[in-house]
Amino acid sequence: MNVNISIRFIRIWQRNLTVYRENWKINFLPPLLEPLFYLVAFGIGFSGLIGNITYASRETSYVRFIAPALVAINIMNSSFFENTFSSFVRMYYQKTFDAMMATPLNAEEIITGEIFWGATKAAIGTTIMLTVISFFGLVSYPSGILIILAAFLGGIAFGSVGMLFTSVVKTIELFNLPIFLLVTPMFLFSGTFFPLTNLPLWAQYFALTLPLTHLVNLVRALSFGLFNLELLISLCYLIVFCLIMFPLALFKMRRRLIK
Amino acid sequence: MSLINTTQPVIAVRNLKKSFGAFTAVNDISFCVDKGVCFGILGPNGAGKTSTIRMIYGFSPITAGDISVFGLDIKTKARIIKARIGVCQQDNTLDPDLTVMQNFEVFARYFDIDKKTAHERALSLLKYFALEQRQNARATELSGGMVRRLVIARALINQPELLILDEPTTGLDPQSRHQLWEKLESLKAQGITILLTTHYMDEAARLCDQIVIMDQGKILAQGSPQSLISEYTGSNIIEVIEPEDDLRAFSRAKGVRQEDLGHRLIIYAENGHELYREICNRFTHKSCILRSATLEDVFLRLTGRELRE
Repeated sequence: MNVNISIRFIRIWQRNLTVYRENWKINFLPPLLEPLFYLVAFGIGFSGLIGNITYASRETSYVRFIAPALVAINIMNSSFFENTFSSFVRMYYQKTFDAMMATPLNAEEIITGEIFWGATKAAIGTTIMLTVISFFGLVSYPSGILIILAAFLGGIAFGSVGMLFTSVVKTIELFNLPIFLLVTPMFLFSGTFFPLTNLPLWAQYFALTLPLTHLVNLVRALSFGLFNLELLISLCYLIVFCLIMFPLALFKMRRRLIK
Repeated sequence: MSLINTTQPVIAVRNLKKSFGAFTAVNDISFCVDKGVCFGILGPNGAGKTSTIRMIYGFSPITAGDISVFGLDIKTKARIIKARIGVCQQDNTLDPDLTVMQNFEVFARYFDIDKKTAHERALSLLKYFALEQRQNARATELSGGMVRRLVIARALINQPELLILDEPTTGLDPQSRHQLWEKLESLKAQGITILLTTHYMDEAARLCDQIVIMDQGKILAQGSPQSLISEYTGSNIIEVIEPEDDLRAFSRAKGVRQEDLGHRLIIYAENGHELYREICNRFTHKSCILRSATLEDVFLRLTGRELRE
């Protein structure tokens, strides 16, 4: 494949930022309110049933355990939805990509710009969420700042997967399939709401193949300020995952865009 | 004259082919578009018009053959070429997430035009296309005619030397069509080369200096509207409704070009006044008219009368 990506992909990124800024009040609400809903539900309603749990051989409150997982889930949802539903609408209904391809921009730059935008949106949402949960003392600093970088990395990973689906679906309804079969199971079984060690061994190994498991590990380790081997492994996993998924998304999506 | 001949054409298409799997959309066509000309590609639906121009503006890869634009090869210099042309696609590609002014500013960024210049150019283009009142409107709030004007206006933001329009007036009301034609004529007067596709013959006859008629991926005829009319139909058309068999025999004996549609006989004639009078005097029939031949007659003669698609 003859790949030709210049820094011009930033133009697509800028286009999406312009639209995002138009609707910033609506865009800021979900990452602002969602953690509050969860913290009330789990922190007040649920944690009384659970009490403290053990994470990295230390006692910690249940809320402190799930707070970083909520951030990781938001990174996944934000970038996956951006590069599925939103990108599909721009490509298929709004013909935004067609207009771009009649300018000095090319297909590779459009796809790259879209995925980088999805990652940026995830990072913006993460910053807002971190601010909220930090008021409850649920994040350790300065390591917590690095979660914003983790959000960008995770955003590239899940955005690339989303873009891969965008390159193949015929209708927008079909996105429900990967959401039902991939996003929802990951949401529940990636060490998000309970430690993976509660699962049978085979399920633990299976969970280790899922990208959200590693994003949760990474964000959780950073929010506790633990620079351990687990963090390093998860970081490497996510980088390798991006190095495979991003070119794949680029290749498949290019075949869809160029007629 | 020699000066014109030595000038390089703005677009040179040589033995161009485009296939989608087993289907050949464009089958070995060649033509040139000279500077300052309005060039029309005519053809029924599915003729290969859009496939052809998509290859010219670097949207679709070429299956075989060559295209050079401004003397540059589209295969290797697409980015440079695209920076110097304006494209108005068939679909409405305005950005519905943005206002009219933002559409210009965002689009200008794709060409690396700075915000101040973009804003100034946008204002003057909006004024030119009588849209300055709507600069803060959402792109979704505009009528069909406004949308089309705006898409063309936006295509001019990079001050292109070549403007490519894919069916620019399809779906517009007569007022909008005529207004758009005036704008395109004045753009041509400013020296912009225009390449357009259309299946409206009146549009081609009015705007185009040169046309090619395409069908099933091939070029059937090429020339100025007037030369095509005199070559393929003659200057006049005599149409006879419900012709008798005597008349059919008479016109066959005369050896004139004709087309028998059953209830209607179409006779192509050069200076057909005399023939018309003769037919009127000698035969009884429901109705017989004499009219000037148009590009539509040429088109139907070349591409046939069967429905497409």
